[in-house]
Amino acid sequence: MSNTAVSLPEQAYPERKNRGKFGAFLFELFKNKFLYLLALPGMIWFFIFAYLPMGGIVIAFQDFKAMKGITGSEFVGLKNFQFFFRSSDWIQIVTNTVFLNVLFIVFNTLAAVTIAIMVTEMGGKWFKKITQSIMIFPHFLSWTVVAMFVMAFVATDGGFVNQILSMFGIAPVQFLSSPAYWPFILVLLKVWHGAGFGSIVYMATISGINPDIYESASIDGASRLQKIRYITLPLLKPTVILLTILAVGGIFNGDFGMIYAIIGRNPMLYPTTDVIDTYLFRAMMDLGDMSMSAAIGFMQSLVGFILVLTVNYIAKKVAPESAIF
Amino acid sequence: MIKESYSDRLLKGLFYLLIGLFSVYCILPFWSVVASSFTSEASIVKNGYMFWPSDFSLEAYKMIFKDNTIYRAYGVTTFITVVGTAMSMILTSAMAYTLSVKSVKYRNHMAFYIYFTMLFHGGLVASYLLISKYLDMKDTIWVLIVPSMLSAWNMFLLRNFFASIDDSIAESAKIDGANDVYILFRIILPISLPAMATIGLFYALGYWNKWFDAVLYINNKDLYPLQYLIQRIMNNLDYINQISADVSLPNFIAPAMTVRLATTVVTIGPIIFLYPFLQKYFVKGLMVGAVKG
Repeated sequence: MSNTAVSLPEQAYPERKNRGKFGAFLFELFKNKFLYLLALPGMIWFFIFAYLPMGGIVIAFQDFKAMKGITGSEFVGLKNFQFFFRSSDWIQIVTNTVFLNVLFIVFNTLAAVTIAIMVTEMGGKWFKKITQSIMIFPHFLSWTVVAMFVMAFVATDGGFVNQILSMFGIAPVQFLSSPAYWPFILVLLKVWHGAGFGSIVYMATISGINPDIYESASIDGASRLQKIRYITLPLLKPTVILLTILAVGGIFNGDFGMIYAIIGRNPMLYPTTDVIDTYLFRAMMDLGDMSMSAAIGFMQSLVGFILVLTVNYIAKKVAPESAIF
Repeated sequence: MIKESYSDRLLKGLFYLLIGLFSVYCILPFWSVVASSFTSEASIVKNGYMFWPSDFSLEAYKMIFKDNTIYRAYGVTTFITVVGTAMSMILTSAMAYTLSVKSVKYRNHMAFYIYFTMLFHGGLVASYLLISKYLDMKDTIWVLIVPSMLSAWNMFLLRNFFASIDDSIAESAKIDGANDVYILFRIILPISLPAMATIGLFYALGYWNKWFDAVLYINNKDLYPLQYLIQRIMNNLDYINQISADVSLPNFIAPAMTVRLATTVVTIGPIIFLYPFLQKYFVKGLMVGAVKG
């Protein structure tokens, strides 16, 4: 094992050299054969379900016909990309995707940090436990279930919001045909769904702060608010930055599950809610336009990839320990 | 201990209030759906959704449980959750263990091979074509399991946990003549129970809440998972007409709204009952991951 290489470097080296590169490779495989066998099924799975689809990117440059398959379809160069950019849709869906994601990141982070700070400041035990359980719970519901909840609130006849409005004599709002309200509704839902769960990480960070710091601040007469402002928040900053950069890497990926489940196929709401992923999905399933969908997906992957690398580069500069690789 | 000042206590009180309010906000949608599902259809049509069942009725639940659609959907979802989670855990832990053993020379190459899939992906179209056309998995129950069997994220989480276990444990077992497979299943996994529970929970929730794969690949009604059934009945009335077909009363109106709500409640049921037990694990597991990561 590795011990021999450490204790007898002079002997181990020439021996390995004699074996040759391929021989050394086989030797390593044989030496750890059980371990490599354990990893093999997973490696094959990643090859089939992650690497093979990468090869499918060629569809983006083809006029793909299901009958002819990937190998038989004709290459058309960048035509699919041109087709996508010629329609005016792309500006809207890209704007929507980025706008909604920025809103989600900002409000979710704010809410999660606030919850984490407030919960750690609370003294009571049972109240803390119960509220925490309730706040994390929404994260475990699928968006299809959430969509059902949304209906109960925004339905034109009988929805809660309109019931309350009518109590004040205000005319009901037609939520399902008014796109202007939806970025706001989606943000409320996102916070509802993810803030409690997201606060766990921040709570972990806060619980890792040395209690002596708070102790000495108290002795110096710092108030609760001052301790939060001058101790907790600065020490939370690295975590907030790290998680935000990570989220920014995915800013071109719309939350398909959420938006498709809640908005579904309601064209009246597309002006503010149609994102790249839902557009791509419709192009594929409804129009059957595999090539254009593949082109959109390819650009999305590529931009996402570049963003992650950039963001990681920035992270390395700003805070080396928070870089991902 | 220094006595708290008046303003400090006020602030604390404010925190209690805000957290209390946010908790109400979190539970309210859920509560209202449960309450409305126990209300008669006529009352909902007349008065709208409500926070308290005004005209108590079990009609919707009776209708759902009379038809076998819900049982089938439950069966499908339970199957993919149990079998899927088991398969995911075996594959993930086997792979994570290999990547955590320092004497494996190519472990960093293998880690990069997996890591790259988190950075770049072939996109929906290519996966769709692969699964439906080339692997021919459409309309089989396995399409809901196999393509989502491994998550690179979970694998790395578990690898980090395994890597934090003292090497000497595996080392001494090796000297006693145990092979790596034995060491993994008999020594490493039993001491990694909290981490395994957390990851298992993430996988299980993924399977339980699965519906998009069904949108893409499932046309056979017998293979609808629960969450997809919800999505279907929200968007069309087929299911409601089907389960109310054998009611032959005059002036009978199919309870479209309450059936939807009741189906939603029935879907969430198991999560609610398991939640208190699971919460203990994943909060701990996530804390460990966060502090280490």
